[in-house]
Amino acid sequence: MASSQMFQIRTEEAPTLPAPVSTTGVIGWMRQNLFSSIGNTILTVIGILIAYWIIAPFIQFAFIDAVWTGDNREACLPQDGGHSGACWAYVEAYFPQFIYGRYPSVETWRVDIVYALFALLLVPLAIPSVPYKRMNAILFLIVFPIVAYFLLTGLVIGGTVILPIVETAVWGGLLVTLVIAVTGIVASLPLGIALALGRRSQMPIIKLVSIIFIEFWRGVPLITVLFMSSVMLPLFLPEGVTFDKLLRVLIGVTLFSAAYMAEVVRGGLQAIPKGQYEGAMALGLRFWPMMYLIILPQALKLVIPGIVNTFIGLFKDTTLVLIVGMFDLLGQIQSSFTDPTWSTPSQGHTGYLFAAIVFFVFCFGMSRYSIFMENKLHTGHKR
Amino acid sequence: MSVMEQDSAGAPARASLMNDPKVRGYFYQVLLVVLLLTFGYIIVTNTVANLERQNIASGWGFLGNTAGFGIIQSLASYSETSSYGQAIFVGFLNTLLVAVVGIFCATIVGFVVGIARLSNNWVISRLAYCYVELIRNVPLLLQIFFWYFAVLRAVPGKREKWSLFDTFHLNIAGLRGPKPIWEPGAEFIGYALIIAIIATVAVSRWARKRQEETGQQFPMFWTAVGLIVGLPVITYFITGMPMQLEHPNFVETGPRLRQGFELGVGMNLIPEFLALTAALAIYTAAFIAEIVRAGIQAVSHGQTEAAHALGIRQGPTLRLVIIPQAMRVIIPPLTSQYLNLTKNSSLAVAIAFPDLVSVGGTVLNQTGQAIEIIGIWMAVYLSLSLLTSAFMNWYNQRMALVER
Repeated sequence: MASSQMFQIRTEEAPTLPAPVSTTGVIGWMRQNLFSSIGNTILTVIGILIAYWIIAPFIQFAFIDAVWTGDNREACLPQDGGHSGACWAYVEAYFPQFIYGRYPSVETWRVDIVYALFALLLVPLAIPSVPYKRMNAILFLIVFPIVAYFLLTGLVIGGTVILPIVETAVWGGLLVTLVIAVTGIVASLPLGIALALGRRSQMPIIKLVSIIFIEFWRGVPLITVLFMSSVMLPLFLPEGVTFDKLLRVLIGVTLFSAAYMAEVVRGGLQAIPKGQYEGAMALGLRFWPMMYLIILPQALKLVIPGIVNTFIGLFKDTTLVLIVGMFDLLGQIQSSFTDPTWSTPSQGHTGYLFAAIVFFVFCFGMSRYSIFMENKLHTGHKR
Repeated sequence: MSVMEQDSAGAPARASLMNDPKVRGYFYQVLLVVLLLTFGYIIVTNTVANLERQNIASGWGFLGNTAGFGIIQSLASYSETSSYGQAIFVGFLNTLLVAVVGIFCATIVGFVVGIARLSNNWVISRLAYCYVELIRNVPLLLQIFFWYFAVLRAVPGKREKWSLFDTFHLNIAGLRGPKPIWEPGAEFIGYALIIAIIATVAVSRWARKRQEETGQQFPMFWTAVGLIVGLPVITYFITGMPMQLEHPNFVETGPRLRQGFELGVGMNLIPEFLALTAALAIYTAAFIAEIVRAGIQAVSHGQTEAAHALGIRQGPTLRLVIIPQAMRVIIPPLTSQYLNLTKNSSLAVAIAFPDLVSVGGTVLNQTGQAIEIIGIWMAVYLSLSLLTSAFMNWYNQRMALVER
């Protein structure tokens, strides 16, 4: 019997074999993504080499050879003819200047309060799930600028000095960068909305004026706008009236970014279906209530990423004010190079590296936020 | 019927004139015009009064006056005795030069990085990602300073050099290379190039028509290469090689002050130009890379699958199916990046490269003609940007999907 049984019936399922080692885990991933073909392997090797050539000298400069403490240039001079690393002691010594400019050191607590208020109001505004958005927005867009204005410039009521006046000429560093960027964006938003509505208006003259305004500012470089506000604006004013230099720059930057903002908002307005307008009109709403209650809340929500991107652009562009003689973060760093106390071969590299890190942290953070909002608002195609 | 007529005729009379949208529209527009005119009038009167007080005569007469300052790099003939108008023109040419070279480099780097970001190779796509994020999030001015003050100051001094293939030499005075010297007869090479381009266009039209009619393909790419490269080269030899290369002359002996590159021999690119162009190209390339990536990703994967299902191989799929559709998405933002690069070239003023804004600033300081100079700047950049948007509209109309 046993010998005649030429076949075998398996009664239980065979255990599944594990996937070949070469296709799973780290090795599999590497085979698939790095070494799938000869060409790919060559690319991988070249890529790793490039990364190594960039990262190794950078780490050498920024950490290994870096000087972390010291009182003057002696500490940062290259030892026995070798290459010198980053002179972080210099950044440390200059740190207050980079943050406050030449703001009087006894008054810097006022700047600190403004920074803190700014962060305190911005963070809940930026997180979508926090309630009381409307009140928060009013606080941030209306109350905060007024408070910040008096805190930064000073407050004198009827001859009694409550907060000593601090001229804007001594402001500098990150303070100026943030003041220009934040004021530029906050002031340009209403102007941009008005221009965007004007561009979509039925009234030909209003439409034409809006188009000319927008295209004019978008067509010229910011640097000519800044020259214009510092050289030409004083010519426009009657005799005896002078503007603060910072204010002139702010006007130029605001008009410039309003044009870009208008185009962003217009994109949002165009994305709102016609039915929304018709529905609002059918409810008997007039133009402004319709815009304020129905259209703009939807349109602005759609373009939050665009607004953040405009803000990133403006934040980077604030560096240009150093060309018209103001000291933003980069200008302050650039001007610190003239100080002989810290003059070393690595001073320039260190200063630029510090500026790059600060700008990168701000801009990268904002761009991540914009992507986060985009994903959050992009609910239409997801199920 | 008559009741309805009465109603519709009576309605406008009942409604107050205030609530008629047409009337209100006119009212607001007239109000805007009046406000603008008042504003303009105040500005003009103030300006005229201010200019009179400062003793500045407005007008374009100053353009003919002698400039009296030198320009370190000029494409047109220029000397200190030239006029302000010529100086501004030289600045304009330099702006165009930076823009053209910058756009050329930025496009190449941008496309390479954009495609690298989509690579299956993890290392390559990560590298491209880091490049884009690092460059995009650091201000351009900082990058220009970095290239100018940190990188190009670290190269060898005037009496030393770094050489590449013994042809290009870099030191603190800039990048030197061979300069072509054209001799009589060289114009034929130019004519040959023009003829070659015209012939290429004609052949490609014929080839396309033939393909549409018969389906036969024509090796267009190699024909074009042969024509555009071959014809000028043949002409070069036929006309007896009317072009010589003038190599820069590096003096190593003799008095110390004379050592280094001899002035005016060979081609020299000043460090300001190098720093500005490098920074602009690298900065803009990061944006172009994102546009290219988005454009390629915008073509749905179904297109690739369909092409493969039709039996088209990987190369032609990319060339004939994916890229034409991606270009539709890529070109409009790409042109606006080109325009941005051109406008950003005005940052030259920060490192004193003599572009339009920088030279204009010098003229402004010398003459005080603020309105005219700023007017020239705005007019030049505005016309460039209007030309670009005109091109973009034309392109969009040409490339728009024909929907049936």
